[in-house]
Amino acid sequence: MAINFEKALGIHPEALAVRAKRAEVIASNIANADTPGYKARDMDFKSALAQASQKQQSGMSRTHDKHFDVRTELNNNVQFRMPDQADTGDGNTVDAQVERNLYLENSMQYQASIQFLSGRIKGLKKAITGAG
Amino acid sequence: MSLFNVFTISGTGMSAQSVRLNTTASNIANADSVSSSVDQTYRARHPVFAAEMQKAAAGHEDSSVGVQVLGIVESNRPLNVEHAPEHPMADKDGYIYKPNVNVIEEMTNMISASRSYQTNVQLAESAKNMLNKTLQLGK
Repeated sequence: MAINFEKALGIHPEALAVRAKRAEVIASNIANADTPGYKARDMDFKSALAQASQKQQSGMSRTHDKHFDVRTELNNNVQFRMPDQADTGDGNTVDAQVERNLYLENSMQYQASIQFLSGRIKGLKKAITGAG
Repeated sequence: MSLFNVFTISGTGMSAQSVRLNTTASNIANADSVSSSVDQTYRARHPVFAAEMQKAAAGHEDSSVGVQVLGIVESNRPLNVEHAPEHPMADKDGYIYKPNVNVIEEMTNMISASRSYQTNVQLAESAKNMLNKTLQLGK
């Protein structure tokens, strides 16, 4: 079996990109925790990952300005969160504690993806050099 | 790279909360500033936060928005008028005017702003760790 660098890393690069995007979405929830009328948002990880890996399979590079842009676009998977508390008085649906925990969780999952990637890269290195 | 945006977003959060802390400090400092006319009396100031929606409208960022301070408004709660003819600042009818600052409210506001600020700092910190781990990838 030939070493295919594109497939050697599996789904982890896409998972990493989705995690990074989710970190950004949750960060904006926390930053806007005191903004009247702000609605908390989050990503649907499953569909975002599915979309990201689909885009990767059909990954084409644009060599002309008029080509369609088929790069990974994760913004479509961002949806509003269902608030636990319907009315907070100022229309804000951010629960700072919930968001902080989600951010932490997402950050750990990001690091897990990093670990997986790291393992794959180490495996490749081993295959290339032949030495442990 | 979206993780770099976390710094921008938490940065806007920090600056908005520091504006809030600033107005709170100004309100508490001036809570006892007496004046002799309605116009010259200090009024409690509060910032108005809003999500940075103009960026989203321009189509750059759909999902993540920072905070901006739209402006600072003065409270229109009635001033505290006291009849104190012996006070050196009393007007010709013997009244002095005290600011409409509610110190207890301001103290809770301060705690809330300071906690929100700290949360934003922690966000940036953990985004930094995530980026560091990414830079170490494969080593």
